[in-house]
Amino acid sequence: MAIIFQKPHALTDAVLHYCPGCPHGIIHRLVAEAIDNLGIEGRTIGVAPVGCAVMAYDYFNCDMLEAAHGRAPASATGIKRCRPECVVFTYQGDGDLASIGMAETVHAAARNENITVIFVNNAIYGMTGGQMAPTSLPGQVTQTSPYGRDVNHCGWPIKVCEMLSTLEGPEYIARVAVNNVKNVKAAGKAIQKAFQNQIENKGFSLVEVVSACPTNWGMTPQKALEWVESDMLPYYPLGVYKDRSAAKEAEAK
Amino acid sequence: MAERVLMKGNEAIAEAAIRAGCRHYFGYPITPQTEIAAYMAKKMPKIGGVFLQAESEIASINMVYGAAAAGMRVMTSSSSPGISLKSEGLSYIAGSDVPAFIVNVQRGGPGLGGIQPSQSDYFQATKGGGHGDYHMIVLAPASVQEMASLTVKGFHLADKYRMTAMILADGTIGQMMEPISFEDAEVETYEKPWALTGTGMKRPHNIVNSLYLKPDELERTNFARYEKYKAVEENEALWEEYQMEDAEICVVAFGIASRVAKNAVADARKEGLKVGLIRPITLWPFPVAALRRAADQVKAFVSVELNMGQMIEDIRLATECRRPVSLCNRTGGMIPSPQQVLEAIREAQKGVN
Amino acid sequence: MKTTQILIAGFGGQGILFAGKFLAYKGLLEDLQVSWLPSYGPEMRGGTANCNVILSENPVGSPIITDPDVLIVMNLPSLQKYVNTVVPGGQIYVDSALIHEKVERTDVQVYYIPATQMANDAGVSTLANMVMMGHVLKNHPELTFEGTEATVQKLVPPAKAQLVELNMKALQAGRDYEG
Repeated sequence: MAIIFQKPHALTDAVLHYCPGCPHGIIHRLVAEAIDNLGIEGRTIGVAPVGCAVMAYDYFNCDMLEAAHGRAPASATGIKRCRPECVVFTYQGDGDLASIGMAETVHAAARNENITVIFVNNAIYGMTGGQMAPTSLPGQVTQTSPYGRDVNHCGWPIKVCEMLSTLEGPEYIARVAVNNVKNVKAAGKAIQKAFQNQIENKGFSLVEVVSACPTNWGMTPQKALEWVESDMLPYYPLGVYKDRSAAKEAEAK
Repeated sequence: MAERVLMKGNEAIAEAAIRAGCRHYFGYPITPQTEIAAYMAKKMPKIGGVFLQAESEIASINMVYGAAAAGMRVMTSSSSPGISLKSEGLSYIAGSDVPAFIVNVQRGGPGLGGIQPSQSDYFQATKGGGHGDYHMIVLAPASVQEMASLTVKGFHLADKYRMTAMILADGTIGQMMEPISFEDAEVETYEKPWALTGTGMKRPHNIVNSLYLKPDELERTNFARYEKYKAVEENEALWEEYQMEDAEICVVAFGIASRVAKNAVADARKEGLKVGLIRPITLWPFPVAALRRAADQVKAFVSVELNMGQMIEDIRLATECRRPVSLCNRTGGMIPSPQQVLEAIREAQKGVN
Repeated sequence: MKTTQILIAGFGGQGILFAGKFLAYKGLLEDLQVSWLPSYGPEMRGGTANCNVILSENPVGSPIITDPDVLIVMNLPSLQKYVNTVVPGGQIYVDSALIHEKVERTDVQVYYIPATQMANDAGVSTLANMVMMGHVLKNHPELTFEGTEATVQKLVPPAKAQLVELNMKALQAGRDYEG
């Protein structure tokens, strides 16, 4: 019998610990498919964050490092500089990448460090039980913004792609979402491109995946995906924010 | 014997690290250790190595963590406030059992403190610094030659025991120049089957990790790590004894303090005082056996330190408080004079007469 | 020679540390034990600079000098700060072009050398430090001028070989000065 659909080889058989309705499973799968498609599992080294994806090291079949909170781009830099022949990626949430680890993120991008960063933005701290994230929307109710995020008190959300694309350094900055089939397919393509760029030594490639957190948003999975469409995407527009190689090609034409 | 050249202590560390096979250096500028980074920045590109100035102390130690997990001989260097920032990473490195090499050329603290020589990070270095149950091997050079030889030893011990080895120096030893010769010794290498190299699709994936959510599993891991520490304590303690044969007073000092103390011991001997010196070369493991033996022989100890009295606690523990231990110290970047140490020796002698 | 402790002090930029390196290397080439300890940090940027050089037949204990046998000073604050630390019977070398005070102590040997003026006159205005060194080598009972050129060659990077000659000129001027 012909196999028409199966788990990517780059994923282990471990059962994911994520909550029902959590898109981390989809995003793991997209990363694993990219690794499979490019045939790079044997030379890929992943770096897991602190946050919901902290145990990602059990889910990917490639060699894995568990980094300190926010430091994945620094540790990935250490690995990549030692083993340039390997493909090195980080998988980080919004608190990890855009709050405690912002310095590491910005400087890895500024160095055009030849790594791939998968940035999952679900506008909340999931693992610790739903606190305000650097990407929580104005007015968003969380455990630590129980009256809604007051921007006069605690500032505005950080738009990571917009900010990083102002830097000379990075090669590729894109924002995708996984709230419907069409967006999932586009997300898969962007993630694979971010790996392909590294293989071609083009440099720092970051894909922000706008995701959902039904548990901590206090919504059904269905409602959460609707909220992504209605509230998240207007604030975090999808698209390619920077693609140096494409820009160069366009210029050449 | 190899040619003697004049070199700063900091430069001796850098050159020795390269000779020990270190090809990756990640760091952040801070006085008084910057010569190490400068030396690496100059040399590494010429020998196919990597020098990278990180955006922070925190980033640099996490780069070290990544490179160490990838199986490389790697190092960073800093001074006191920078080591505080690196301490989180040192805890992760300990919890993941990867080998790393780090240098602390100490300056006065706490806080931003000063930039003059100090030994006030003794507790931080020997008792942890970062969170959790762990140790680092702590080596305390007292000369430029030892800056080099203990660096080579540090890389070796780090790989052998899969843990961090730290050089705990101070601004004086880092900045001073002395003649030094590099012996061309064979670099010992170790198999690292645990390292992140890519599976090559030939083995199960390696995971370098310090997370154990099940408490019994974490406890087992910590117990096993402390078995390893026990072996280090039994096998790796180093110290120097000076004029201890007939000593009735034992001065204990490490690093720059030991050199001042040595002058004082020589002066005291001229006065007919029976004084000797024990110089711990490893601060962890602390040379407990040497101190315990000395306690059988001498009547009192004098701890000479560039801090408010930190090593003195380990002396009391090692000797089980069987003999009085007095403190002779300066802090904040000041260094005791041989005269001050001599006074302390005389006082100790009076106390036991 | 048993042990000679030399303290050199002046302003940052006068080549105080370089002068110390010169003496340390000279000792090294004469198979002595040596140590060289500089002041470091912000104080070097235009403030005072000093360095401690110890030359000895035995291993050097503490590299920190509290009672120098030889004091070499190139500004007034340094003379005032260190004049009373010199051991009785020791030597003090004063750049008299910059320091107009005289040493009042009678238990030390004092040499006044207008080194900065001499360096200017000889066309090597940045090498007053080496003029001082030349005079030290001439007058110290246990140091000699011999082997000076080899020492300078150790200190000057190959790319700046022309500096060897200039340094020698300054050293010789100091040696030949009849104060």
